Amino acid sequence: MKANPKDVFSGTYYIDGDVACAYGAAAAGCKFLAGYPITPSTEAAEAFAKLAPQIGAMFIQMEDELGSIVAVLGASWAGKKSMTITSGPGFSLMMEGIGFGAALETPFVIINIQRGGPSTGVPTRTGQADMMQARWGSHGDYEIIALSPDSPQESFEFTIKAFNLAERYRVPVMLMSDECVGHMTEKVVIPSASEIEVEPRRFYHGPKDQYLPFKPDRDLVPPMVKAGEGYRLHLTGLVHDENGYPLLDCDIDEVNQKSTTRRLVDKIRANADKIIEIKEDSLDDAEVVVVSYGITSRVALKGIEQAREYGIKVGSLRLVTVWPFPEKRITELAHKIKGFVVPEINYGQIVFEVERCSHGKANVVLVPHGGAGVHNPDDIFEAIKQVAKNKEKYEGVVEYRTSLERLIFG
Amino acid sequence: MSKEKHHPMESWLRMDRIPHIWCPGCGIGTTLTAVIAALEKIEVNPDEVCVVSGIGCTGRAAGYLKFDSFHTTHGRAIPFATGIKLANPKLKVMVISGDGDLVAIGGNHFVHAARRNIDLTVICVNNFIYAMTGGQVAPTTPLTAYSTTSPYGNFEPPANIPRLAEAAGAVYVARWTALHIRRLTKSIVEAIQKPGFSVVEVISPCAQYYSRINRLGDGLDMMKFYHQNSLIKHMEPTENLDIQYQEQIIVGKFVDRERVPFTELQKEGCN
Repeated sequence: MKANPKDVFSGTYYIDGDVACAYGAAAAGCKFLAGYPITPSTEAAEAFAKLAPQIGAMFIQMEDELGSIVAVLGASWAGKKSMTITSGPGFSLMMEGIGFGAALETPFVIINIQRGGPSTGVPTRTGQADMMQARWGSHGDYEIIALSPDSPQESFEFTIKAFNLAERYRVPVMLMSDECVGHMTEKVVIPSASEIEVEPRRFYHGPKDQYLPFKPDRDLVPPMVKAGEGYRLHLTGLVHDENGYPLLDCDIDEVNQKSTTRRLVDKIRANADKIIEIKEDSLDDAEVVVVSYGITSRVALKGIEQAREYGIKVGSLRLVTVWPFPEKRITELAHKIKGFVVPEINYGQIVFEVERCSHGKANVVLVPHGGAGVHNPDDIFEAIKQVAKNKEKYEGVVEYRTSLERLIFG
Repeated sequence: MSKEKHHPMESWLRMDRIPHIWCPGCGIGTTLTAVIAALEKIEVNPDEVCVVSGIGCTGRAAGYLKFDSFHTTHGRAIPFATGIKLANPKLKVMVISGDGDLVAIGGNHFVHAARRNIDLTVICVNNFIYAMTGGQVAPTTPLTAYSTTSPYGNFEPPANIPRLAEAAGAVYVARWTALHIRRLTKSIVEAIQKPGFSVVEVISPCAQYYSRINRLGDGLDMMKFYHQNSLIKHMEPTENLDIQYQEQIIVGKFVDRERVPFTELQKEGCN
């Protein structure tokens, strides 16, 4: 389905990544945003608050992030495409709602404009250290989808992509942006509505009394209904069956047989090939592969260029979808190359996924960064050089000691 | 054999989930009866009623009522209900939950939904204790009362729910006990019809946990206590509504005022 022209503000803009997210949400058909102000994400909520009355959407600034995310779930079940926007500390508070949303198979989008550091961290500066939290942050078994944009243009496009995936798989989708992309102002082209593909919500149309909110009909995904239309649906965060009723007085076999939990995981894993998107460059004869995502993939370009000039055969694999992780592709490459270089603005998160999928076949080098800024591309170049020259096989992840770390820690 | 007997409220209940989990002597069932009786009275389209609960004994209410019903996470009934109401303002959205859920873990949402005057009907069943988890001290446990986590008697001053609701901005506030079923029903009718944030507190016997540890007898004994110690005082200033351990409980309608609901303000604000 094409986007509604009323929701698409076509034109060429000079805006930051945060604001681009708001335009993306509008174009995707988002009609409800609940959020709480938090640096460095606030501009996105501000921009959406301004657009809301023009596109018939509702914006509410809630009392906290706990309330924001749960209001988003309520609005989604009342039939609106919904989202929230936050950063690290707010993202932590939202973990409860993410698990609840995943358990209720509620489509919604969370934009996390990551800041550096743990706790309150460095609010006005960048980081990529919430990547594992995005994947595992709420308790119990569930799966989510996460995307990582590297520019304002992609912030616009990936927000639409996030809504489409959320509706397609009835799952929380996270746009894992960061302060650098969020506050970077660049040219953003918003195309006409006819050029924007939008996934409509898939509604159930059968007899009302036979509706089972958690009975899948395609790709392990169940169709939805709206509250207030006579389906008398029941939803609970308790482990439940197809009817949405909790499995409380059942024996172990019955719980496992009837519970939707297995399917929460399977619907993403079984469809991973359809969901995963990666951008590859010069991988055919690569000896070294740089795996990166978000702002770091732009910084890495320079290091990769330097390495090529130096004569190293280096390729690039950029994660557009970070979760689910492109396991198969990494394993395939691990058998052919000397090693991976993984720069990320944290002390090691996605690098451990790369190592897991390498199965000891290739060396894996982390180029860490503590946040508040981006890598020096020279470090990425040096790390590539090290991997290219190295003849030994290492166990586990090797940490490259960056110029910054050498400067600070000697 | 005699004809199969049916409960007169069966069409409002998810009979496939009965028997319910509540203990003999509990007041939550009575509260649900009052809720259904109120909805029957105002002839609302049941398809347009949403019931949202949080966690706890009362949180299970959503599981038995045959409306679109949502059993949310602990404390989050009000924001979930807010999301539904704002996304589709024509729905009648009720929150039925306990004192711990609404006033402790969900206290911030309670205060701010009242301040915004979101058009919700909140039924707060107050049994003075965390019963689902086995009888711990609640934000409403009266001073000196025992619970498993106030084993020497509670020394935390309890919340006065009507006062909190009024101060935060609720347009309708009433309190009844589970004994006052007709008056409670009438209050729920008024609360549903009132545009804006309405709160009805229902003092409910917990004959298992609150009663046993404090040696207050069974459900019937607690109902007898309500009968002898409830004093109806409509429009009593809410500052006088603190509840002391085993002392008189003032019940009645305390607040009934006009404030423009959130969705209307928002419409005006945007034009």
